[in-house]
Amino acid sequence: MSESNAAKDPSSRTRGKAPGILPGLLQGMVTTAKSALRPTHTAEYPHAEPTLPPRSRGVIALLEENCTSCMLCARECPDWCIYIDSHKETIPATTPGGRDRQRNVLDRFAIDFSLCMYCGICVEVCPFDALFWSPQFEYAEYDLRDLLHEKERLGGWMATVPPPPALDPAAAEPAEVTAANRPERGRP
Amino acid sequence: MTWVEVVLRAVVILAAFLSLPLLVGQTEHKLMAHMQGRLGPMYAGGFHGWAQLVADGAKFVQKEDIVPAAADKRLFRLAPAIALIPYLVALATVPIHPGVAGLDVPASALLFLVATGVGALGTLVAGWASANKYALLGALRAAAQLISYELPIVLSLASVCLAGGSLSLLTLTDRWQPHWLLWQLPGALVFLVASVAELTRPPFDTPVADAELVMGPWTEYSGLRFAFFLLTEYAGIVVMALLLSALWLGGWHGPFSDTLGWLWTVLKAFAVAVLIIWMRVAWPRVRADQLQRLAWLVLVPVALAQLALTGVGVVMGW
Ligand code: SF4
Ligand code: SF4
Repeated sequence: MSESNAAKDPSSRTRGKAPGILPGLLQGMVTTAKSALRPTHTAEYPHAEPTLPPRSRGVIALLEENCTSCMLCARECPDWCIYIDSHKETIPATTPGGRDRQRNVLDRFAIDFSLCMYCGICVEVCPFDALFWSPQFEYAEYDLRDLLHEKERLGGWMATVPPPPALDPAAAEPAEVTAANRPERGRP
Repeated sequence: MTWVEVVLRAVVILAAFLSLPLLVGQTEHKLMAHMQGRLGPMYAGGFHGWAQLVADGAKFVQKEDIVPAAADKRLFRLAPAIALIPYLVALATVPIHPGVAGLDVPASALLFLVATGVGALGTLVAGWASANKYALLGALRAAAQLISYELPIVLSLASVCLAGGSLSLLTLTDRWQPHWLLWQLPGALVFLVASVAELTRPPFDTPVADAELVMGPWTEYSGLRFAFFLLTEYAGIVVMALLLSALWLGGWHGPFSDTLGWLWTVLKAFAVAVLIIWMRVAWPRVRADQLQRLAWLVLVPVALAQLALTGVGVVMGW
């Protein structure tokens, strides 16, 4: 086959040269035999734990102490599946003549996982590091309505949140470390 | 032959007929899975899913046996038997051990051909009686295929009969010589390819091509009758592999053939069955026109050439 012909024929362009029928059939047998001798890919899931990548989006865990009930997550959630109730509590002044302070107390924090689309916006948007991705995924239910999980259940998943991955070798120092290491100002 | 021996032989043949296809089926499950990087059945029966096909059988028994309203009911019910029983007869004719075949008749090669030919009829009856267009199309494809591939089978078997100078399978295996391996090799390959086509196994499974015809002639079947068609397919593999092993691979010929002859036959047949399974995994389906081309332009000429070669060999006294 001449050079110009080879360029026009699509099959020869993609495969280099087409093997005949018999080599093709033999190749099929060799390929299948090879994969029969290799270990299989099947993971026998309920009997063997799956190995999930550390950033798997399994479920959203809540660290209740960090949550300020700021509602940012609920407002950013694209399908409005985060429910937050809170009330204000007054903390009396500690010094005479001081001002009473107020703080938010979280009454209810619930995520409806039958609506959640695992976009991760709530985790990203939380300014107080109260929401985390956990790779835990075994929380199927028989009834759709049972997928609405309250803050106790969400808090329970905190135990399954993996530690943050190590930084890349050449990455910049985290901002907190830089701030802590900065020399104090104004002293000689 | 006393009647006790007759009953004993019948029971043994029936047991082999019901167990060997399951063995082949399980081998197919596991081998195909591993060739595709899977594990296959793992749980039924505990150890690597050995009882999967038994469980499948139990499932088929429980299923409803449906006969379509428009079907030709008597033929529809009869078709699985027409497909299955001839292979039982064919299995009985195959020589297993020196001097032992379930059914030792003078012209057992002819009986074998007739039996497998009738078996093909079951597919046609099933497709025609179902009153379903997929079944009918499948049956017509099967008819075209089975007619074309019957001829290479007859010719390659005739070549062996000529070489051994007998129509009895038992005598043929007895007269087998190691140089037949080369001398009869083209015929063996023709028989292998044609028997895979005769069983409508992949890569020659256009009659039951599931992407086009649902399940071909078996579309309307359910429950035990459907299971019988599956059993027919695997019994067919067993029968064809045993015959290939007996006539072309020397059957019981091997070390200690006086005592272990039957084991040699079965082992050789098992190797052939694995090859048939392997073809299914490795090769794509052949188109209907390619199928006819292969039968008439390759297999029949090769089988005729083999017949001529055998004739020359017999005259020269090889
Ligand atoms: S992951 Fe997305 S959808 Fe789910 S709760 Fe968070 S913001 Fe809403
Ligand atoms: S954004 Fe964070 S702090 Fe604010 S309500 Fe949501 S979880 Fe709590």
